[in-house]
Amino acid sequence: MHWDAAQVAPLHPAAREALLAALDDGWADPERLHQEGRRARMLLDGARAAVADVLGARAEEVAFTGSHSLAVHAAVLGTLAGRQRVGPRLVHSAVEHSAVLACASWHRDRGGEAAAVPVGAQARVDTDAFAAEVARPGTALAALQSANGEVGTHQPVEEVLVACRAAGVPLLVDAAASAGQEPLPAHDLLVADPRAWGAPPGVGVLVVRAGVRWRSPWPEDPAVPPDRPGTPGGAGVPQVLAAAVGLQAVLAEREAADRRRREVVALLRDRVPVLCPDVEVVGDPDDRLPHVLTFSCLFADGETLLAELDAAGFAVGSGSACTASTLEPSHVLAAMGALTHGNVRVGLPSTTDAATLREQAEQFLVELPAALARVRDRLGTSGL
Amino acid sequence: MSPPDGEVVVDARGSRCPVPVIETARAAREHPGGTVLRVLSTDPATALDLPAWCRMRGHDLLDVQRGEDDDLVVRVRLR
Repeated sequence: MHWDAAQVAPLHPAAREALLAALDDGWADPERLHQEGRRARMLLDGARAAVADVLGARAEEVAFTGSHSLAVHAAVLGTLAGRQRVGPRLVHSAVEHSAVLACASWHRDRGGEAAAVPVGAQARVDTDAFAAEVARPGTALAALQSANGEVGTHQPVEEVLVACRAAGVPLLVDAAASAGQEPLPAHDLLVADPRAWGAPPGVGVLVVRAGVRWRSPWPEDPAVPPDRPGTPGGAGVPQVLAAAVGLQAVLAEREAADRRRREVVALLRDRVPVLCPDVEVVGDPDDRLPHVLTFSCLFADGETLLAELDAAGFAVGSGSACTASTLEPSHVLAAMGALTHGNVRVGLPSTTDAATLREQAEQFLVELPAALARVRDRLGTSGL
Repeated sequence: MSPPDGEVVVDARGSRCPVPVIETARAAREHPGGTVLRVLSTDPATALDLPAWCRMRGHDLLDVQRGEDDDLVVRVRLR
């Protein structure tokens, strides 16, 4: 069972089919004028128009990059460069995607300023605190995610956008966690990760609305004019086409997928703390993503727990330090003040049908308490 | 560094999460309410997980500080 679909969903059958077809039809350089080039161009333009349509944007406002991280870098660094005259400040929440935080520290290292707005216990940023930071002079860009992909909590994007408009500061919405799963909020810039809706890796979506001053932070690329948002080299036409087709496919199934996944998340939310002692479910209980559930287990290490669940047939995610390449636990759990060890993140894929999903959930509710008990026994922590 | 009188030292330096929290919970079981535990740790997660453990168990978190050699020193008063 792939229950780690919060950031990377299993390949959607429609995206897979589109990818394979586009490898035959869209391999050529879309800048070329011969038949093969024109065919690739047609696929690229069609994909761009389809994605723009879903986002309510104009086609020329949409660009494709080589990855989600690259789309984030383009959005943040390109807008900071384009609005340099306004000032050097970037405002973002403390629980943004690591690519946003990495841009903030990169920017600071080069003489810029960045302010991280703290979050409450549910990982939600306070609108007034965010608005106050945005209103400070010299703010060139604000960045806020639509929802937190690690714990599922929605952010107050609409209210923050109002504050940004009042201050004349463009708002970048990182929709990585909700694009394809939920309707998208209004924005000035938007980034999305097609892997989250079952598209193949190798493509990111970057939307820069008309009127946002943007300048390429990279060396000039003949295929991308310096004032036209994008990244050098763009993205592969087959991946882009698969992303567009995958997006349309998940949207066609969205309401039913939303219902069945919310149902199972609610079941897990109720039952996990009852079946497993000393487990804390984190993230907002209601105002949240449909498919993500995160909890932390006291006196258990995330790495062993994930291995036990994997052996029992469940692939899940974790924000615990021991599951990462660093010693540091997830910056999201840290910012919330949540327990960081024994962390498990469930991300339900959109493509599993209702009956199967419920069966899997029942099985998970048997396997999880058993796995947790084994981990705690090994650590000798029962009764603590 | 000798601890102030009445504080019980839990030396979890060199252990990684969740061991420092487990060591602290073991010490908590062996001492009466009101005891102050002084937990030493080199694991960055301890600064987050001990406060969370206090919240879940109802103990008082007194402070989280950096001690000698940048080690973490967390003081907890048992309920």
